[in-house]
Amino acid sequence: MLRLPPYRYHRPERLDEALELLEAHGAMARIIAGGTDLIPNMKHGLFTPDHLVSLRGLGELKGIEAKPKGGLRLGAGVTLAEVAASEAVLGAAPALARAARNVAGPQLRNAGTLGGNLCLDTRCTYYNQSEFWREALGYCLKKDGDRCHVTRTGRVCVAAHSADTPPVLMALGATLELASPRGRRTMAIRDFFMPDGVWNQKREPDEVVTAIEVPPVEDGLRRRTAHGKLRVRKSIDFPLLSMGLAAWFDDAGTVVGLEGVVTGLGSRPRHLTRFGELALGERWSPDLMEALAARAHAQCTPLENHIVDPDWRKAMVPVIMRRTLEQLGPVEGAA
Amino acid sequence: MTPSNPRSDADFTVVGRPQGKVDGPAKAQGRARYTDDLVFPGMLHGKILRSPHPHARIVSIDTSGAEALEGVHAVVTGRDMPITYGVIPWTPDEYPLALDRVRYIGDGVAAVAAVDEDTANEALRLIQVEYEELPHYLDPHEALEATGEPDRPFIHAPRKEGWNGNVTKIVKLDFGDVDTGMADADVVIEDDYFFEGTTHAPIEPHCAIGLVETDGGPEGPGRVTVYSATQVPHYLHRELARVLELDPARVRVVQPPVGGAFGGKSEPFDLEFCVALLAMRTGRPVKILYTREEVFYSHRGRHPFHMRYKVGARSDGTLTAVEADTVLDGGAYASFGLVTTYYSGQLLTAPYHMPAYRFRSRRAYTNKPACGPKRGHGSVQPRFAFEVQLDRIAHALGLDPMELRRRNFMGKNTRTVNELRVTSNGFLECLDAVEAASDWRSRFRRLPFGRGLGVAGSCYISGTNYPVYPNEMPQSAIQLQLDRSGRVAIFSGASEIGQGTDSMVAYLAAEELGVPLEYVRVQSGDTDFTPVDLGAYSSRVTFMLGNACLDAARKLKAKVKEAVAAEWECRPSQVKLAGGQALFGPDTSRRMPIRQAFVLAEEMHGTLGSVGWYNTPKDIHGDYRGGTIGASPAYSFTAHVAEVEVDVDTGQVHVEKIWVAHDCGRALNPVLVEGQMEGSAYMGFGEALMEEQVFKGPDHGRSGLHDAPSLLDYRIPTSLDTPLLESHIVESIDPEGPYGAKEAGEGPLHPAIPAIANAIFDAVGVRMTRLPFSAPAVWRAIQKARDEGTLEKPAAPRVARAQAARARGARAEAGRAQSARAERGGGS
Repeated sequence: MLRLPPYRYHRPERLDEALELLEAHGAMARIIAGGTDLIPNMKHGLFTPDHLVSLRGLGELKGIEAKPKGGLRLGAGVTLAEVAASEAVLGAAPALARAARNVAGPQLRNAGTLGGNLCLDTRCTYYNQSEFWREALGYCLKKDGDRCHVTRTGRVCVAAHSADTPPVLMALGATLELASPRGRRTMAIRDFFMPDGVWNQKREPDEVVTAIEVPPVEDGLRRRTAHGKLRVRKSIDFPLLSMGLAAWFDDAGTVVGLEGVVTGLGSRPRHLTRFGELALGERWSPDLMEALAARAHAQCTPLENHIVDPDWRKAMVPVIMRRTLEQLGPVEGAA
Repeated sequence: MTPSNPRSDADFTVVGRPQGKVDGPAKAQGRARYTDDLVFPGMLHGKILRSPHPHARIVSIDTSGAEALEGVHAVVTGRDMPITYGVIPWTPDEYPLALDRVRYIGDGVAAVAAVDEDTANEALRLIQVEYEELPHYLDPHEALEATGEPDRPFIHAPRKEGWNGNVTKIVKLDFGDVDTGMADADVVIEDDYFFEGTTHAPIEPHCAIGLVETDGGPEGPGRVTVYSATQVPHYLHRELARVLELDPARVRVVQPPVGGAFGGKSEPFDLEFCVALLAMRTGRPVKILYTREEVFYSHRGRHPFHMRYKVGARSDGTLTAVEADTVLDGGAYASFGLVTTYYSGQLLTAPYHMPAYRFRSRRAYTNKPACGPKRGHGSVQPRFAFEVQLDRIAHALGLDPMELRRRNFMGKNTRTVNELRVTSNGFLECLDAVEAASDWRSRFRRLPFGRGLGVAGSCYISGTNYPVYPNEMPQSAIQLQLDRSGRVAIFSGASEIGQGTDSMVAYLAAEELGVPLEYVRVQSGDTDFTPVDLGAYSSRVTFMLGNACLDAARKLKAKVKEAVAAEWECRPSQVKLAGGQALFGPDTSRRMPIRQAFVLAEEMHGTLGSVGWYNTPKDIHGDYRGGTIGASPAYSFTAHVAEVEVDVDTGQVHVEKIWVAHDCGRALNPVLVEGQMEGSAYMGFGEALMEEQVFKGPDHGRSGLHDAPSLLDYRIPTSLDTPLLESHIVESIDPEGPYGAKEAGEGPLHPAIPAIANAIFDAVGVRMTRLPFSAPAVWRAIQKARDEGTLEKPAAPRVARAQAARARGARAEAGRAQSARAERGGGS
């Protein structure tokens, strides 16, 4: 079996205690929540922190609260299994529950957290490998090396953002709350990710995601959400494509807002542009869905950061998008 | 050897009924101790340094840094074990650790023993190896073109002057008149097929512990014991003694419960030699447990096969000739490859009658982990190609593919075109069972576009007729003891690897000796205390060990009956042993507890024990070179129907259900037979849709690096992916099997893959000729068919069912017991 590098495990009871530990140990510390991503990565020698600061004991990070008019407040420490089964989430944003349910397999969802899914390290066939394998490769840009084996020429790491809940949260316009020894701040999840696979988050390593807020729906509007995922197996696998949609309709069934986000491509989820505009003022229709799928297709280019055929993954963008869009409809006008 | 006579089902009290496994509760309750669960006082942990190059000369190795590290007890390299080994004695080409050349990324170079795993890993980092890289081969065709010059080197030294060192084996065999057969054919189908390599992926990684007992001081005659998760303790025993230059009587191999093997643990591996040598060097027990990644490097999985098939048939569907040309991608070492090369052609000749057959198979070395035997060794790949060929012939002739298979059925008690003796044969019953269960007649070619049914058949051996090293000794043996307590102890050399061999012998002994199953204890897999059995491979154990067990049990039974008969003053033949009682046959109200019967026997005969053994009949194959390979005392037969739904937009194939019918001779325990049938179909399904052991090429990071040596990226199906599996047991009651039993562990895998391929054709009219049928591959094939305008439901068979039924009746009457003569044969 692969060995874990040695580390000291801290299990604070309160958030301020956790922040103190992070401050005290600085770059030698890493945050661990469910550990479903970090532990295998540590076994591969991708991280060798001296200290792990666990968020498991922090009551402040627990709980899912339904807010008025479809709003939600989720503690970052809720497990993906809890998100998937939550009545509040299923009522307000069912695609968030669906995305959570689409992550990995049951045991991993029982351990993995929503905050952890937001902070999931980017993934690449040349990176998520053992020390031996990466040494034989000659290492890569993301860890210990100076070459990208995906783009071959590029100087920027293109490891794939591979989490399922961020596309839905971004489409919904959700925000996250960060706490660090320096204070607290709030950020739109749409602004959270950066196009650098080495570190793709606007989160300092000592910042803890504490909560996620999904905004309410404006009066007079209906909101629908969808999540679609492409993978080889029906469980366990990271996404080859993961798509989140949120759409807002007025009483007449006319689209007044549509956001689409696709990931499994490069290092950050792609928030589709000139996408919602296509639908504004339109009634939901097969033609509209076709046009939206085509727009997604034009904007999404999978890379060889995955072992699965990128040409096929590219061709699947409109297919999976169409099927995800179909989850939103049919949309009738108010009776 | 005592071929058993079939008895009527009503006579059985244990056999044929659903039974638990004797080792089931311990495994379910977590009491079973696998190799890695074993801990010995003072035990050290070993690790193996592996090559980061696909092909390189070792210039030098400096182990001084590792040796100086605190906590390191020993470091060994190839120089410490400079004797080649190989499970096939004709092709020994491996050193326990590379001597002067590494041949794939992952080849073992040095090993350390240290106080713990972390220290051992640290020590590996301190070993300095200087390599001189050599050109390497990933493609077997390129390897076959090698000249031995510096830019196109041989991976191994040629075994003879002038030979190509990249060739493990070339087999050319020719039976009947193929050219005339092709000329007489009304339809000839010819195409290329490719079967991608796959690996076994047992859940338990390989693990071994070496320990040394020195009874007579440092110079005394110590004994070396190796505990190993192996499926061939006997072959391991032989090779350990040979390579370590030890007296075999001082070497003991113990095989604890094994957590899956599937052929991946059926020869010696580097870790077994290393733990033994490191234990000898340190005087302390040494354990090595592979990482999952190392399991992928040790491999010995299914060879990638590049196959060209040409099959001719008359307009009524009867085959006229079959021709095959196959290149096997062997990886860095021979492993079982010599046998695989033969099997690639030899095992195709049943259950269909082939008037003429010619094949050429060439196995090439490449700089990748060595390929070897995986469940259905050597015959799963050609079976895929051939059964798809049959489907194409049926379609070309407007025949129902089920009917085409019936028309070519060879019959029972016959010989194949390559002179293999076939006895029992329940293939037609298998076809009938899957045809009825799948509602084939009303659904084949009639399901809506996108949904389809496919059929395929196969046969497989119940053990190889000859051991891997030539000898006349028994192939399986059992030692039995029973005593006045009523307890029966079985000492079995066979390897229980989860398939149920310990249970199988317990059922047979309980049946013969009339004791309740819980009175039977089985001790297996310890070369010091159990008789020699050749191992758990080639589906040999039920047939061979079962017969050995019956032989031993019947010898004891005779003694017990004699003693009871003396007490009752009757003939021994009037005494029955069943259900924990000795019974007087003519009046079963006269009875005594079995314990009392054993007391009488012990009084009459002294301490009760017996040995039984089995050896194969020797006149059941052709007398041409290679004619023994593929010969088996009995063959199992299988038919599958698969039902699929093809997503034409994504190329994803959803296999809804597989109906599996398997002729296992007799189901000694139907629960275990069904388990093997379902497990086999599952494994074939995984290979059909997703599994592939592949490597990075020169444009992808590092040529020769394993693409994905983890169970996250080497995808085996989850429970959600797995189709419904419905098993139908067919019992042909083999004349020589134990109570008529044959194998069930490997045969039922074969048809899964071509049945799925043929179902995809029924669904969307697309022929898949390359494995796996992954979504990208199917999607590309669908795109091509769409462009060519052939993406549609294929035409239904033209020949009316009634007509077909009449033809079948006439044919059955005519019979088909011809024994084809091989015109000639010859290997190289």
